[in-house]
Amino acid sequence: MMRAGRRLLSSLPALFGVLVFTFLLMRVLPGDPAVFFASGPNAGKEEIELIRKQMGLNKSVPEQLVYYLSDIGHGNLGRSMMTGQPVLKDLRERLPASLELTFTALLIALIAAVPLGVMAALRPGSVVDHGVRLFCALGVCVPTFVSGLLLIYVFYYLLGLAPDPTGRIDVFTSLPPQRTGFLSIDFLLAGDFEGWWAACKQLILPAVSMALFVIAPLARITRASMLVSLGSDFVRTARSVGLSWRKVVVTYALRNAILPVITIAGIVFSTMLGANVLVEKVFSWPGVASYALDALLSSDYAPVQGFVLLMASLFVLVNLVVDICYGIADPRVSIE
Amino acid sequence: MSEELLRIEDLHVAFSTRRGMVEAVRGVSLNVGAGEMLGLVGESGSGKSVTGFATTRLLDAAGRVTGGKILFRGQDVTKLRGDDLRHLQGAAMSMIFQNPRAALNPIRAIGLQIADAILTHKKISKDAARAEALELLRAVQIRDPEARMNAYPHELSGGMCQRVMIAIAISCNPALLIADEPTTGLDVTTQKVVMDLLADIAAARGMATILITHDLGLAARYCRRIAVMERGRIVEEASPRTLFSTPQHAYTKRLVAASPTATSRIEDLVTEEERERYSAVVSKPRLEPAHGTPPLLEVRKLVKRFDQGSAAVADFSMTMAGGESVGLVGESGSGKSTTSRMICRLIDPSEGDIVFDGQSIGHVASRDFHRSPLRKNIQMVFQDPNESLNPRFTAFDCIAHPLMRLDGMRAGDALRKRVEECADRVGLPLDLLPRFPHQLSGGQKARVGIARAIACRPRLLVLDEPTAALDVSVQAVVLQLLDRLRRENDIALLFVSHDLNVVRMLCDRTIVLRNGGIVEQGDSRALFDNPKTDYTRKLVEAIPHIETGEVLAAAL
Repeated sequence: MMRAGRRLLSSLPALFGVLVFTFLLMRVLPGDPAVFFASGPNAGKEEIELIRKQMGLNKSVPEQLVYYLSDIGHGNLGRSMMTGQPVLKDLRERLPASLELTFTALLIALIAAVPLGVMAALRPGSVVDHGVRLFCALGVCVPTFVSGLLLIYVFYYLLGLAPDPTGRIDVFTSLPPQRTGFLSIDFLLAGDFEGWWAACKQLILPAVSMALFVIAPLARITRASMLVSLGSDFVRTARSVGLSWRKVVVTYALRNAILPVITIAGIVFSTMLGANVLVEKVFSWPGVASYALDALLSSDYAPVQGFVLLMASLFVLVNLVVDICYGIADPRVSIE
Repeated sequence: MSEELLRIEDLHVAFSTRRGMVEAVRGVSLNVGAGEMLGLVGESGSGKSVTGFATTRLLDAAGRVTGGKILFRGQDVTKLRGDDLRHLQGAAMSMIFQNPRAALNPIRAIGLQIADAILTHKKISKDAARAEALELLRAVQIRDPEARMNAYPHELSGGMCQRVMIAIAISCNPALLIADEPTTGLDVTTQKVVMDLLADIAAARGMATILITHDLGLAARYCRRIAVMERGRIVEEASPRTLFSTPQHAYTKRLVAASPTATSRIEDLVTEEERERYSAVVSKPRLEPAHGTPPLLEVRKLVKRFDQGSAAVADFSMTMAGGESVGLVGESGSGKSTTSRMICRLIDPSEGDIVFDGQSIGHVASRDFHRSPLRKNIQMVFQDPNESLNPRFTAFDCIAHPLMRLDGMRAGDALRKRVEECADRVGLPLDLLPRFPHQLSGGQKARVGIARAIACRPRLLVLDEPTAALDVSVQAVVLQLLDRLRRENDIALLFVSHDLNVVRMLCDRTIVLRNGGIVEQGDSRALFDNPKTDYTRKLVEAIPHIETGEVLAAAL
């Protein structure tokens, strides 16, 4: 626990760096938000100047930075010009959607990748091994939005199995009382199984198209570390006393091989959170990434900065969770 | 002989490699009686381990039995499949491996690992298996077994891990135990304790044991019968006494000669062409240093503390004269390697001073010592000849590197001549110079490592277990080489080793270290023949001696 706290503290400087860096980056980017938010393309010079003054853009950049930092210190991420709401509120509404999607995708990816990797490792050089390699290569080669569109084409347009890809839930289903923000869990808590099924149906296609992209690194690392594990002395020991095949492969080899997979899964999760903007766009998923992209395109500073700060914090948090998981899985780590 | 348990008939094992099939075992025939302990001795690559793995059916996927039979209680092991095989493994025969720490699952508590083995072959409850595992830990004499049940391998010493491994191997009372180099890599005292334990357990349970080892002395101490293997064949099989007194096969003769004993001298070890060159040097009397010459190396009250806790080395002082050879012995953790590294200026001492040739070098930071003009006077030879050579450097580059860095030589004829001269001095054939380390044998790599160390004509050579990874016949040649170099070039040798037989032969003086402090020091012969402290006596007694004919005759 002490170590976890120290880890969090030591990541504060990095977070601060991220803050300042994105702030400066946004100021360097071309585009004047005041022009963008003025009443129309033919707004007068005075009007723009007025908006600029309202937004505090007439002050020098260091001054703006100080204001910004003190706001953040008070828990105020600013107000979005697009939605007119505080950024914090926007993010809080949209984050669960992104998290639910990413978690599900990661889960699907792990469930698919670990057995694939194990199968490939058990018969290296066989047809299975090459099949897994081909599948992984395809998953990486096809961009997520293409695979997303393909999935929509097949399962929605051709087969009609999936609902129309428009957000988290169709308009006719009444929403459950919000508890976790994860629709699939909220429906379950409310005991509304029909709604839960509807939410899951909406979730499955975007999650699969995201998972396809990250199965490759997970399966490859599982295969590699499983090969090392299977060739190790302790697996030979396990075989020498005649342990059952299952016990040798699962308890001895896989449990050791899973350690590096945990690390990679943490990295994959972090990248997925930021990179799922394409999937969110394709499936009209109301997540934080598409929100940030819209804000960026309209030079809306506050949401972008808030988004980056959120991502950085999540990244720190995910790394901490990975470390803790690693400590639980590997007794050698927790001792040090 | 008692009832026959295992009979191997004309066994052939081949491995498929990139360059086609390689025969590792070519026609081995052996038999082991119930309760017997058989020694299977040979150098690396002789096929002794492969024979063991073939018997327990643990060969790698690339290895295949291509001919012959392995009959265990009349049943051909090579033909077993599926469940029959699993009932054999562990329940009827089991195996103990080299490197015990790697042989245990690093993330599973040892109690569970023993219980796993028990549960595979007995239909009992988990609690009963746990109780049995505890009983086994007691049987292998692990202190505080209740607490150790939940320990992980990394929390135990190497000797403890090997005991756990023994506990796993004997958990289902197999009739045959194959121990593959069970004590290689353990300290000499631990080695004795573990081997004694193994022998006692085997005797008490009536288990037959095959002891696979490269150490003739060890096999002679514990086995009634020894089979010597060379290049996949058994060349001789006899009792230890016959083997040592009247070896028949040329290879056995060489092996017996090369195995250091309590009385052997370096010149006895080798029967080859090296000898001529060597004897020419030995016969020359050594120049006694003139009286009043300052010592080459003086170490005063050296202390090394790592981050926290007690000192790894405490209050270590010694002096060395030019051309002298001093042995530094002790078990792992005694601080001998730390001390040698401080003297080499690879790590910084916490306190104390090192004076080399009248100049204090203890306070030069180890980071900067490579710029010191004294760097080339103190050189080091490392333990593992494989790991200490840059895999992307040819032998020539390895030897040339210090000449270019420390002597400022440029590539050209002069450098080539110096490198060739160094290679010649260590007996490395010149046509091997363009090869990369992986294309050289262990002995050749050791020579490259020594050639590199002597390239700049150092005055002090620090050797950290330089022969620990080598076969005895190669070790013999390397030892002779070192002694010759010392006599020819007046290089002082600081020899760090756990092998007391080797130190006794090579070193004029010996320093015994324990827990970072000096226990005893003095003239090597006197120290080993007549140890003054209990600790040294324990160390000396733990060496597996090859008992010569007279000793055995006296004992009978």
